[in-house]
Amino acid sequence: MALLQISEPGMSTAPHQHRLAVGIDLGTTNSLVATVRNGISVVLNDENGRAMLPSVVRYAPDGGVTVGEGAQAAQSDDPVNTIVSAKRFMGRGLKDVGDTSRLPYRFVEADGMLQLRTAAGVKSPVEVSAEILGVLRQRAEAALGGELVGAVITVPAYFDDAQRQATKDAARLAGLNVLRLLNEPTAAAIAYGLDNASEGVYAVYDLGGGTFDISILRLTRGVFEVLAANGDSALGGDDFDQRIHCWLLEKNNLSALSPGDTRLLLTHARTAKEQLTDHDQARITAVLSGGELIDNVLTRDEFQSLSRNLIQRTLQPMRRALRDAGLAAADIKGVVMVGGATRMPQVQHAVGEFFGQTPLTNLDPDKVVALGAAIQANLLAGNRGGDEWLLLDVIPLSLGIETMGGLSEKIIPRNSTIPTARAQEFTTYRDGQTAMSVHVVQGERELVSDCRSLARFELRGIPAMVAGAARIRVTYQVDADGLLNVSARETGSGVEAAITVKPSYGLSDAEITRMLQESTLHAREDMQARALREQQTEANQLLEAVQHALEQDGELVSGEQRERIAACMTGLRGTLELSDHLVIKRAVSALNDATVGLAQARMDKSVAKALAGKNISELEQK
Amino acid sequence: MSITLSESAARHVQNFITRRGKGVGLRIGVRTSGCSGMAYKLEFADAVADDDLQFVSHGVTLLVDSKSLPYIDGMELDYTREGLNEGFKFNNPNVKNACGCGESFQV
Repeated sequence: MALLQISEPGMSTAPHQHRLAVGIDLGTTNSLVATVRNGISVVLNDENGRAMLPSVVRYAPDGGVTVGEGAQAAQSDDPVNTIVSAKRFMGRGLKDVGDTSRLPYRFVEADGMLQLRTAAGVKSPVEVSAEILGVLRQRAEAALGGELVGAVITVPAYFDDAQRQATKDAARLAGLNVLRLLNEPTAAAIAYGLDNASEGVYAVYDLGGGTFDISILRLTRGVFEVLAANGDSALGGDDFDQRIHCWLLEKNNLSALSPGDTRLLLTHARTAKEQLTDHDQARITAVLSGGELIDNVLTRDEFQSLSRNLIQRTLQPMRRALRDAGLAAADIKGVVMVGGATRMPQVQHAVGEFFGQTPLTNLDPDKVVALGAAIQANLLAGNRGGDEWLLLDVIPLSLGIETMGGLSEKIIPRNSTIPTARAQEFTTYRDGQTAMSVHVVQGERELVSDCRSLARFELRGIPAMVAGAARIRVTYQVDADGLLNVSARETGSGVEAAITVKPSYGLSDAEITRMLQESTLHAREDMQARALREQQTEANQLLEAVQHALEQDGELVSGEQRERIAACMTGLRGTLELSDHLVIKRAVSALNDATVGLAQARMDKSVAKALAGKNISELEQK
Repeated sequence: MSITLSESAARHVQNFITRRGKGVGLRIGVRTSGCSGMAYKLEFADAVADDDLQFVSHGVTLLVDSKSLPYIDGMELDYTREGLNEGFKFNNPNVKNACGCGESFQV
């Protein structure tokens, strides 16, 4: 039988109606899929027990597609048809990608997004990503034993609309229903349960295989807002391997190596790097293709000095992100570490020193994004109790603000899932202006007069400045209760004003609290009533069938038998009024026994009829 | 009258409750629906209801509402693995008939 999982109280699903949902971390280097089972977010492994699927797709001339480890293994033999890091091309044109001379691919410029010419034809990055998502989807369906209702897919916080749309398209192509795209740093914060924590500002430090991202998130009433994001798209764990590789070359007086030897040493460098996480030193031994023996010991101290400037390179984006958010390191309430490279003790040390606190590292940094996405997916699929299901709601009409000229500037676009929060900066338009009117409108039309007015309030006490100098941050926040909260804050002086409105789409409290209370009395009687109904139905069906048979073929059996059948039928009819299903059951089997002869005779008759008038040879031909 | 957990099921339930961070036990029950009559209910329990019957098996508290008990009396809950999938399996002596996948049943 099917295997069941434990649900949250009151959230059991009907058979075959399980709301199976997953979170997918569609990474540049590796991708993962996770789900919430028995109340806990877990990453789903493949049949070999591997959680990470290398984000590599190989197209063979015969049309065959290999994804993951198999494709990665073929990378050096067939670089043109083996696509790595397709995520970098999602929603990008050739000119966006920049220098492509070092990439082995045959690019094709297409409308909007670049494409790649492979042995299996021209492929868009969307198709490549869809192959990866498809493999993860199959893995999830095998592990969960059913079809998925949807997935939450994570994207970098800096992804623009085109990149996000491309990600959605890839999911659709892979047959996945996207419940939501979630920012990677937000997913990491959710995995650590920060969405349940008290309000505050958090930093997410994500050092992956080839990219570095730092995000500053503000949590207000369960909603994460990305205050600032920064990073280095060409800095990651691979660079640390590279450093060890260079150190080996230097130690052994080697110069240019063959690609095979370079790969060999890089693999050893990576192993050494991983060893140094738990050990004070790592020994590297290898034999190159020319017979040279490499045998070196790298200590943790040496590795730290080798990688010092790489770590320094992550500090600069961190400072910039904090500056953009208008915050100091001391304002950060917690730091989340994401990406395998953050396992390196020197990285954790540097980040801890920068923020003056120990970063959160107790979840696997490779899995934390997928785990958070799974939690969100579980929520959006409606598997959690309480009032959290409100997250499923979307805003039917855009929420905007009136700007100069009576125009509506959309702040929260329609179809945004709630809760949500967006902010935008405005300024004064007149010298010495000390007040600003905030008019909150709802609707898709451009003119405020065509939209629905929700609320109006004034921000007073703005210090007198020349026009355009004031920075007024207007934040729109729709919380889980469907309440819109609008606040305006002049960032220089800190003067603030806010208003709460309940737009018409708000959910009624009655809907939220509507609950069915099951009757708990008469349990055993109910069970018997059910058995009785089932037995009565069966008896009636049998009576009808026997009646029909008697009318048609009653003459096939002896009068004595007919009488016996009739007696049993009467007997059974008599039991139907009784409330004991066992009595009916006995009468049913009595009637069944009595009709054995009739059934046999009817069977013989129909066989005889089918064979009548045919000779043996005709039958044999059939 | 009793409901029991296999040792493996008890270990998993204990672990899930610990990691979930709250819960007084495991709620087991049935409800009408599904392709073949009744369906199982398997939930974390945050509170004991008035009409709950309690059983303790391998240290795990099992809560069954009195309405459900006749359908699952004598049942053992096991935890097994089938390929990539793993989860709980109901060994219910009351079942006379089940749909193909066993997710719903008749007594």
